Amino acid sequence: MVRDNELLKKYWRHNLKYLFILLTLWFMVSYGFGILLVDELNSLRLWGFKLGFWFAQQGSIYVFVILIAVYVYLMNKLDKKYELNED
Amino acid sequence: MNVQTWTYLLVAITFAIYIGIAIWSRAGSTKEFYVAGGGVSPLANGMATAADWMSAASFISMAGLISFAGYDGSVYLMGWTGGYVLLALLLAPYLRKFGKFTVPDFIGDRYYSNIARLVAVISALFVSFTYVAGQMRGVGVVFSRFLEVDVNTGVFIGMAIVLFYAVLGGMKGITYTQVAQYCVLIFAFMVPAFFLSIQMTGNPIPQFGFGDVGADGSFLLDKLDGLHRELGFHEYTSGSKSTTDVFFITAALMLGTAGLPHVIVRFFTVPRVRDARKSALYALIFIGILYTTAPAIAVFARTNLIETVSEQPYEGMPGWFKKWELTGLLEFSDKNNDGKIQYLADPEANELYIDRDIIVLANPEISKLPNWVIALVAAGGLAAALSTAAGLLLVISSSVSHDLLKKMVMPDISEKTELWAARGSALVAVCVAGYFGIHPPGFVASVVALAFGLAAASFFPAIVLGIFSKRMNKEGAIAGMVLGLLVTCFYIAKFRLKWIGDPATSGADYWWFGISPEGFGTVGMLLNFIVAIIVSRVTKRPPDEIGEIVESIRYPKGASKSISNH
Repeated sequence: MVRDNELLKKYWRHNLKYLFILLTLWFMVSYGFGILLVDELNSLRLWGFKLGFWFAQQGSIYVFVILIAVYVYLMNKLDKKYELNED
Repeated sequence: MNVQTWTYLLVAITFAIYIGIAIWSRAGSTKEFYVAGGGVSPLANGMATAADWMSAASFISMAGLISFAGYDGSVYLMGWTGGYVLLALLLAPYLRKFGKFTVPDFIGDRYYSNIARLVAVISALFVSFTYVAGQMRGVGVVFSRFLEVDVNTGVFIGMAIVLFYAVLGGMKGITYTQVAQYCVLIFAFMVPAFFLSIQMTGNPIPQFGFGDVGADGSFLLDKLDGLHRELGFHEYTSGSKSTTDVFFITAALMLGTAGLPHVIVRFFTVPRVRDARKSALYALIFIGILYTTAPAIAVFARTNLIETVSEQPYEGMPGWFKKWELTGLLEFSDKNNDGKIQYLADPEANELYIDRDIIVLANPEISKLPNWVIALVAAGGLAAALSTAAGLLLVISSSVSHDLLKKMVMPDISEKTELWAARGSALVAVCVAGYFGIHPPGFVASVVALAFGLAAASFFPAIVLGIFSKRMNKEGAIAGMVLGLLVTCFYIAKFRLKWIGDPATSGADYWWFGISPEGFGTVGMLLNFIVAIIVSRVTKRPPDEIGEIVESIRYPKGASKSISNH
């Protein structure tokens, strides 16, 4: 039981680490690239888009989808590793 | 076939499908009524969540809103999608593991307090009623414009349909009708977008098309920026709102999204924790399809509109112009009597008033698309409004029958009685929503901001702290929620509705730190977090059983069991 608790704590710490990294990226693409740095990025171009504008209206949404996909993948792996998955 | 016949045909077919599904998926137990039996597949749940989430406002108004606001419209795009990252990472998996029926269930049990439960029920009811009134109005508006019936008759027809499948099928009926409604609404949104994109740029994918070159060889966005400068508007790709305000509004919308009870409760309907994560992914993909297309439509429509009307003779305007003039959504007054339309930023010289809803509703006509596409937009608008209304009504009915009646007033009632109470309260809720749809209180449009602000300032911190802090106790959570609610209500009452104090001191110049009422939910949320943490540290620790509840929701194993022995 004691060992189980240790394992569960490790699982939780791992989860928190993933959350921290993914939420940092989440903040960066939306609030960072789309809002705070939008004027600086607008001097760069992505095809017909100004880059900051593109992040605010397109890029951030694509990244959000990717972030959730990565989280689903990582957590499924983590659940299996700690044998917390359900069939 | 003409537009009218096509519209009747498509609306009749889609309604028949919804009713058919409702009859097929009747609910037999409270578990089926509240959470569809907990056996929905992640893919179906993702579609249902997307339909639940995308309301009449997303479908009809958002592209138009962006079309007129340009970069400033980004707050809606990021705000209404970014919240799903928070839902997927911070809320959905844990709430699914907790395995109860409603959001107040979680708040009440986690904070071992019926006061906390009551605060949560009141917020859930307030947020949902605010929202549902707008949907009913949306149903009425679509009916009146496309089928030429009275707005009120439209509301009654909408009420009858929602009533039928919400009362009969509960969450189970709602879920499967929402899957069908998602398919209808996304098809209806995308078809005109493809046509437009090809027409304007030759590129069939609208997401790429609006960054492409137009017929004259220059980039579409550069051309639009140029047109805006000429007419005196701010550049399309740069905003007029302050960076602080954009930041706070985006945050309030994101956190509000993650705290809306009708969205959260969708994650109770899947069998396992990992299905909850996966549904959030599917949901955001399905929502993202519409949300990445909307800004493209906005650019196409804006360019099209300016080129069609600016400096052109009024007499030569196409048929749709005259038709929408009759509805009052488009108005022209020839101020300088030159017979031409001057569409300018300067209100003194501008001669054209355009309601932003026209962008989506009239777009197919403006671009001369086939009749069936125009009719499709009507069916899509109805699907969007009905699916959201149904999800909200379920939250209202379960708040009353489950959270108030079963958990607080009469804990001894049998499951059968509770099921009938749930049906009864859904019936009452539909009638109240219909009443608000027919007699909309003047402040409905502005209180949508309130719904998001309140969800952000009350639910979001209470749920996140309940999962991530074992030390959080009932004193902290209640103090935080109450303060967050009060501060946000006060700010909106003062600066949006101008009910408090001298209206002269309620203008934008007096906003605190330059934050608009739409963005103030973020401040309420921050205050909630701070106060909850401080109060919990100076009051006594939560009982040991609570620590065990928190432990158990953090680990996914056993979720499929926890709901069945409820």
